[in-house]
Amino acid sequence: MNTKLAFYILKRFFLALLTIFLVIMITFFVMHAIPGGPFLSEKSPSPEVTAALEAKYGLDKPIMEQFWTYLKGVLKFDFGPSIKQRGRSVTNIILEGFKVSAKLGLAAAGLAIVFGLVLGSLAAVFHNKVIDKVTMVLSTAFVAIPSFILATFLLLIFCVKLSWLPANGSTAGGLILPIIALSLYPMAYIIRLTRSSMLDVLGQDYIRTARAKGVKPNRVLFKHALRNAITPVITYAGPMIAFIVTGSLVVEKIFAVPGLGKYFVSSIFNRDYTLIMGTTIFLATLVIFMMLISDILYKVFDPRVELS
Amino acid sequence: MSENKKMPKKNPLSFQLDLSKFTPASEEEKLQQVQMRERTTFFKDGMRRLWKNKIAMTCFFIILIILLMVVFVPMVYPYSYEQQLGLTQGQSVDSSYLNLKPFEYGATEQARIAAGEKVFPHIFGTDTAGRDYAIRVIYGARVSLLVGFFASIIVLIIGVTYGSIAGYFGGKVDLFMMRIVDIIYSLPDLLMIILLSVVLKTVLAPVIEGSWFSKLGTGMISIFIVFTLLYWVSMARLIRGQILSIKQEEYVLTAKSIGASAFRIIRKHILPNCISIIIITTALQIPSAIFTESFLSFLGLGVSIPMPSLGSLASDALTGIYSYAYRLVIPAVFICLIVLSLNLLGDGLRDAFDPKLKN
Repeated sequence: MNTKLAFYILKRFFLALLTIFLVIMITFFVMHAIPGGPFLSEKSPSPEVTAALEAKYGLDKPIMEQFWTYLKGVLKFDFGPSIKQRGRSVTNIILEGFKVSAKLGLAAAGLAIVFGLVLGSLAAVFHNKVIDKVTMVLSTAFVAIPSFILATFLLLIFCVKLSWLPANGSTAGGLILPIIALSLYPMAYIIRLTRSSMLDVLGQDYIRTARAKGVKPNRVLFKHALRNAITPVITYAGPMIAFIVTGSLVVEKIFAVPGLGKYFVSSIFNRDYTLIMGTTIFLATLVIFMMLISDILYKVFDPRVELS
Repeated sequence: MSENKKMPKKNPLSFQLDLSKFTPASEEEKLQQVQMRERTTFFKDGMRRLWKNKIAMTCFFIILIILLMVVFVPMVYPYSYEQQLGLTQGQSVDSSYLNLKPFEYGATEQARIAAGEKVFPHIFGTDTAGRDYAIRVIYGARVSLLVGFFASIIVLIIGVTYGSIAGYFGGKVDLFMMRIVDIIYSLPDLLMIILLSVVLKTVLAPVIEGSWFSKLGTGMISIFIVFTLLYWVSMARLIRGQILSIKQEEYVLTAKSIGASAFRIIRKHILPNCISIIIITTALQIPSAIFTESFLSFLGLGVSIPMPSLGSLASDALTGIYSYAYRLVIPAVFICLIVLSLNLLGDGLRDAFDPKLKN
């Protein structure tokens, strides 16, 4: 590893840390800008009760002190107690929801990558044939149509009209549709990426050389072409995770999957402020780190990329 | 005149030009100068290419039809988007108006039809509160398009200003300004939008109470604020990159040497040269803004009741999906049509006005 690359990784790492700190700061101060604090929406508690509650949650201290306490807690992965769900800590809720969401997200990402690479390569190999045109039309549509529309259509067709699959995402069979709904957009995107970079690679001289030397067509495709065409797909991993995280907010709401997204959406409506803060920071950190990793992988995998 | 005069004979020793080489052109020679093809401008040339692009033109007409519909239909439509048809002053709610299927009528309307009166049909039926669904969808499309348009204008103004300042002045100014952009760029935008909308919804409500803004709703205002704060960064990056290369050109140097101010150079010499990229990015910003708005409305953070938007209509329809599936399908199809057509039209604009950008 050369020094330039090490310097770049270090720089990106500090930028990521700074961004996470900023997210924590924004989340904290923005949530505390809400007038009246989190207890205002309760059924008008007496001033004594409010004061007692505020003392319990440390809300009577100066705001900077509260921020430092919160920041120290976040560093220890402790987001404090949930305001609306009694006796449960935010960390606990997040971890429980994340188990489900991570399963869903990983399955969707896997599905998207496998089908995306296969269909994208097929489209490139059969350039301008029927299969290419069909894939391109479908992927154009799936890139443009919002995920929640796709998810509702899937729900409508497969659960309501055909009743093949359960609409409740808390069962194993009910996870099939959310996974498909989450994977369609990244899949379409990967198809387009793979197709255009495969078309580029297949026109290169070394492919012609390999073919001229009598290498089997499959081997040319997988060993020579796909390996070189895969770099843009790797770099898409970061944004893909970001999409799956935010996409799962609505998809989990639509299919009633008991994951992090559903908790996040319901915490918005319950005004569970500590849960909103905790989930935002957790998800943001996840997204920022995935972006960081895919940025670094990009530079490591493709030495042609110039470091600036 | 001089042509008619006999040409004087040239002295062989003279260094003067041979005048016989400057005779008037013959008819044949003149014909060579005729322009076979009409002169074209940058704009005309782009429009010609766009006109040839069938997909882009189809999308353009779809958008045009939707635009005309959302502008003119609410003017002539007999029902309004917030009018609850079963509700009359001082009487209990007439439940025969709630949840009408398409082309069904409420009790009093049926009486009027029986009396020989003509009643405008409820094309898509009515919703759970007895409001005509067709006008709500059209009004929702209007709200979504307006949000998309104005959000893009905001992004355009801020992005272009910021990007051109950073790009033109370069050096430390550029470094500092672009670090800010880098940080905003790496913030997870939808999460931040949700967070800001949650807060702004509560903070703004008492501030705008009673003013014209309260009709717009806190959700809508927070969407605009969020766009102002976060969405301009990609535009700023793009403009900066363009300006960094354009400012190396000789005509910028010339303008500088005759003492033109920085503002004038940016406005008169640099921006007109990256106008195509500005137009294209703005056009592609509209569907993304519509997407964000419908996403937020779907989560219940967008427009406030009774104002509809396509996202909130789809979200409301989700509860009655088993009996009234068409209520979900109609706004969903509208969103798909608008977003897809705008995207494809944007791509078409890009191919027509800036073919270099294609890859």
